[in-house]
Amino acid sequence: MATRMRLGALALGLLLCLPAAVRAEGEGNLRHAENEVRNRASLQRGARNFMNYCSGCHSAQFVRFNRIGTDLGITDQELKDSLMFTAERPFETIKSSLAPADGRKWFGNAPPDLSLIARSRGVDYLYTFLTGFYVDPSRPTGVNNEALPGTAMPDVLADLQGLQAAEFKPRKADDAAPPEIERLKLIAPGTMTPEKFEEFVRDTVNFLDYIGEPVQVQRRDLGVWVILFLLVFTGFAFLLKREYFKDIH
Amino acid sequence: MSDEVDLGRRRLLLTATSVTGAAGVAFAATPFLASWKPSARAKALGAPIEIDVSKLEPGAMLKVEWRGKPVWVVRRTPEMLKQLDLATQFLLDPNSDGSKQPAYAKNEARARKPEYFVVLGVCTHLGCSPMAKFQRDDVTVSADWPGGFYCPCHGSKFDLAGRVFKGVPAPANLEVPPYAFITDGRIVVGSDTPQAA
Amino acid sequence: MANPSYETTSGGGFWGWFNARFPLDKMLKEHVTQYYVPKNINVWYLFGGLSLFVLALQLITGIFLTMSYKPAASDAFASVEYIMRDVEWGWLIRYLHSTGASAFFIVVYLHMFRGLLYGSYRTPRELIWIFGMFIYLALMAEAFFGYLLPWGNMSYWGAQVIVSLFGTVPVIGDSLAEWIKGDYFISDITLNRFFALHVVAIPLLLVFLVVAHILALHTVGSGNPDGNEIKKHKDANGVPLDGMTFHPYCTVEDVLALGVFLILFCSVVFFAPTLGGLFLESPNFEIANPMQTPPHIAPVWYFTPFYAMLRAVPSAFGTQIWGVIVMFAAIVVLFFLPWLDRAPVKSIRYKGWIHRVWLAVFAVAFVILAYCGMKPPNPPFPLISRICTAVYFAFFLLMPWWSRMGKFKPVPERVTSNGH
Repeated sequence: MATRMRLGALALGLLLCLPAAVRAEGEGNLRHAENEVRNRASLQRGARNFMNYCSGCHSAQFVRFNRIGTDLGITDQELKDSLMFTAERPFETIKSSLAPADGRKWFGNAPPDLSLIARSRGVDYLYTFLTGFYVDPSRPTGVNNEALPGTAMPDVLADLQGLQAAEFKPRKADDAAPPEIERLKLIAPGTMTPEKFEEFVRDTVNFLDYIGEPVQVQRRDLGVWVILFLLVFTGFAFLLKREYFKDIH
Repeated sequence: MSDEVDLGRRRLLLTATSVTGAAGVAFAATPFLASWKPSARAKALGAPIEIDVSKLEPGAMLKVEWRGKPVWVVRRTPEMLKQLDLATQFLLDPNSDGSKQPAYAKNEARARKPEYFVVLGVCTHLGCSPMAKFQRDDVTVSADWPGGFYCPCHGSKFDLAGRVFKGVPAPANLEVPPYAFITDGRIVVGSDTPQAA
Repeated sequence: MANPSYETTSGGGFWGWFNARFPLDKMLKEHVTQYYVPKNINVWYLFGGLSLFVLALQLITGIFLTMSYKPAASDAFASVEYIMRDVEWGWLIRYLHSTGASAFFIVVYLHMFRGLLYGSYRTPRELIWIFGMFIYLALMAEAFFGYLLPWGNMSYWGAQVIVSLFGTVPVIGDSLAEWIKGDYFISDITLNRFFALHVVAIPLLLVFLVVAHILALHTVGSGNPDGNEIKKHKDANGVPLDGMTFHPYCTVEDVLALGVFLILFCSVVFFAPTLGGLFLESPNFEIANPMQTPPHIAPVWYFTPFYAMLRAVPSAFGTQIWGVIVMFAAIVVLFFLPWLDRAPVKSIRYKGWIHRVWLAVFAVAFVILAYCGMKPPNPPFPLISRICTAVYFAFFLLMPWWSRMGKFKPVPERVTSNGH
């Protein structure tokens, strides 16, 4: 009986490791965003960064300004002054001024909507992407990207970060596989130091994480109360069961 | 063999579990019932709207839609405002005691500024949209017609301030929605204050 | 003058009137208050009741989702985000439904495993098992149709892959696939009909099958971990000596089971609703794109064992249908279990080490198949899948022989709590 319970616990433990085992593949080379979605100040900076640097081409069609206002502690007036470039009323959603047809014409691909990008690609990928541009004369935009080789997106943050060059891993001359990047080196400085730039990107990715699921912080907070309540209920249920089962021999 | 059944303990535990369980059911039901409240999209679509009345000619009327209903703005001439006195003898509720309007519209003109009449174009009988009949003595409505609105569905009549006549099916004056002047030429409908949505 | 034969006969008041016209009291006695259940049933016997709870949960959350969801290709994806963001508490209703789908399969797989442990499908309970297998099939169809509804990229391509399986049938395959889709490709038309099947047709079928399943169970009574029959030993009043009434004993135990289940379930809903991509897959947060396949198409975890079997079988004679046949055969073979098992005893407690090892190996092979089904078909997974598929089929197809092998312990006449 005890053996069976131990086996059961072992099986359950192994099963719970399954998500990590399945997920681990393909994530080895990503830099970690380490963003904190409860950090309001960071989210506010991220919102500003997003509107200033991303919303020119990328929409966030499921995100309403007034929701950002409520969740991040920004008033309607502050929204209108600092964030609402293409919208008039706070209940409107974040639209880009770039028409999809123009996007396809100029970049080959229409810049995707970013409402759910953090849920479909993950924050580490986004952080690596935004910090991973490097100079590459063979590309039409003059740059390439470590996380998404061959990206059609130009290096919109070059002013801030500066320019990077890729150092490749040594390989044999007849190796058919594309060269792997060893690391990226800063070759021309931008207006921000590397630390400041990393914070800039972290804030932006934090904001993308938040807009992927705006309710996530409240969800976890409510979850604590739900589990506490269920523990109390289950406690009573256990005592009740034990009391009734005194009848059974 | 079995000990005596401790009924007191059983009843206590049963009560504790049942009460907690009932509370749990109430907690669990709340999100489902609350999900029926107007969503953020409904609130967005039903948000106050701004109307530009700067180009509205005197004596003319414009119509917009708000929350699925027609909103009329009539720019009343001084003549039309005088016609309100002619109507008084016909009215069921000249002081708007039994109708829906904001406090600032509970006056003879039923408006913040008499010149601009803002009203919901929905007959208080069964919801048809009345026709504008501003011309006084318009015989297509009746003799002594003081000017106003006529509902073709069941014959209800309203004056130029939307006040209902006696002896018609409609029970109340036309409803005036909340509104405010942002500037002299712009009105927001759906809000009492001019800050709009 | 009222006709006396229509007067109330049993007791007075509202309930007397009601019970003279509807068998409520009779049904409660027969199925709840005087329905006897073996007193030695253990944890494994809780999963049937939990399945019923999850079914109710999916029905209720599903109805509320349908109030805001739009079953058109142009609107579906956006309507799910509308539920997640704009509808008050919509996010919770959605997560309850998505977690509930996975929870349903976890609970049902454990419920079926109990059957394997204690021979619950043996005579006279074969029909309960058959109804149960139809429930399992209906559940898989329900999950498959439901998964297209969010119209994410994994929804689209997963449906594409599974419907193409039907295209492998010789001669009629292409027409069959086209008939299922209602179009030349997975389109708005397909989405709308999958919606009708998922929201109305299969839930009705499921409710009917569950009622049949429970009625069949109550006709013969529940089995127990010792594999003997409590109805063989009754007292002077016809009450089984080893029985306990369903109410209050099972009701009280089911309430406790529900509490424990809800703690685990709500932990996922509130703290890890995607469960690292197992319950809500990342590619599904992008809208369906017929021009771009996700880097790695895999069905949701509860289908992966069968998906692994499908991929394990290579093409032969120019068709891939062999894998499809093997995959369906894996489910069909389960229907025959009551007649494949020839062991002289029902319960694992009284079987020898051969049976215990075989059952463990089978369970492990099934879990390994599930894991393989999630991975891309690169070595060593195809080989492992083939070995485990062989184990799976050997377990069932050779059962008429191996189930009679080894030593068996004598089954007691009366029930025990742990085999002693």
